[in-house]
This record gives sequence, C-alpha cells and structure tokens, in this order.
Amino acid sequence: MTDRRVFMLGLSAMAAWTGCAGPAAAQSGPRDIQAVVKALVGDATPVEGRISLDLPEIAENGNTIPYTVRVESPMTDAEYVKAVHLLAPANPHPQIGSFFFTPQSGKATVSSRMRLAQTQDVLVFAEMSDGRLYTTKRAVKVTVGGCGG
Amino acid sequence: MSAKPRIRLPDNARIGEVIEIKTLIAHPMESGNRRNNDGGLVPRLLLHTFAAKFAGREVFRATLHTGTAANPYISFFTKVPGPGEFEFTWIEDGGAEIIERQALKVI
Repeated sequence: MTDRRVFMLGLSAMAAWTGCAGPAAAQSGPRDIQAVVKALVGDATPVEGRISLDLPEIAENGNTIPYTVRVESPMTDAEYVKAVHLLAPANPHPQIGSFFFTPQSGKATVSSRMRLAQTQDVLVFAEMSDGRLYTTKRAVKVTVGGCGG
Repeated sequence: MSAKPRIRLPDNARIGEVIEIKTLIAHPMESGNRRNNDGGLVPRLLLHTFAAKFAGREVFRATLHTGTAANPYISFFTKVPGPGEFEFTWIEDGGAEIIERQALKVI
C-alpha cells in the first residue's frame, strides 16, 4: 500500500469520526453506561426477564430503527410497570427514551423508532411498582450509522 | 415549528377496553452532534417530553433523548375509563409546546 493511500484512508477514517461522533463519544463506555443506569433506576440490581424487545437484527439505516418493548405485568394498582428505559451504550449520548406507565395503561407496551450510531447491544430496563428491576438486551447490527446518536 | 401532529385512535371504544394510540409528529430531533456544510455543529433541538392526558388525567409520558429518531412516532396503550378527550403535548427544548386534542368515541 502506498503512503498516499494510507494517508487517504486515515483521512476518511477521521472524517467518519468527526462526522458521526460528538465530543461525548470518546467517553462513552461500559463504566459510563453504569453511571447512566444508576442515575435512571438507582441501586436496584436488575434481573433478566419479563421484557421482550422487538428490534431488527440488522438495521440498514441507523437513523430510524423501529422497535416495540413489551413488559409482562398484570398492570393492576397492586402490581404494574412504572417505567421502561432504553439505552444505546455506543451512541454519542446513550439515552434513547424513557416511558412512564400507570395501572390505567392496561398494557406496558410501547413502540417508537431509535437512532443507532453503530452496531451494539441495546439495553432495556423496566422498573416495577414494587421496586423490582428487570433488564434485557438485544444485539443490532447497523450497516449505515445514524449520525444523530 | 412543526406541522400538525398525526393521531390515530380507534373509531370507537368500549368502557374498560385497552386501546392503542398512535402518534406521529414532524420534527428534526437535532441531536447537537450533527455538523452542517460549514463544519459547525447544528445546535441541539429535541422534543424532550411527550405526555398524554385523558379526561384531564395523565395516562402516559415519555422523555425523549438524542437516541430517538427524527419525526418521533410513539404508540402506547390505555384502558378506557369512560367518554372523554385526549390531550397530547410535546415539549421542545426551550419550552415551546405543541398541543393536540382528540375526542374518543365511547360506545
């Protein structure tokens, strides 16, 4: 490979970096995601289960990826899902959205569309009315990243 | 700011029924990470909150972050307590509000 080609490759890599990633990108990693999770849901230890996340395995366009989250719950005054949080740890800013339910919701199901900057595991946390915390994750392969993050 | 939001409710509903509500609003959801042609950052401009009330009572709320796609689509469910009107509110960074109301036909 010629020097010039190496140089051009470097340039395009830089362009991709500055084009897609905000200043926060450099810091987002597993440790930061733990801090974000803690700020959202407190110190409760999450348990796997109860949540299903419908999300394409391969997303051609990271700018708009449809998803549906369902949490199993009777949704009564005694037992209901209070909140659902979605996180994309490898985005420049990891938070996607948080959704808040009441017993009147009937179903703890929500659909929307997310942005993913790159291939990663999407995390979901569900807070129950009795303080329990559930979690799940889904791997999504992103062909063209959503620069919005 | 934005075009009129689109709301999809069932044509009619029974008391006690759990219905799906679909909402869509035109908005760029600028993340603050995108660069314009001159290389400058486009300032962040999000709809950061969505709330739905039915007959004056809040039934659903969402906080939206940069990971939510442009033109946010949100679908959610609610149990119909009786006749009433939905009020949907989107709040933009800076405090501007978009409010849309739609009555539900209860049979």
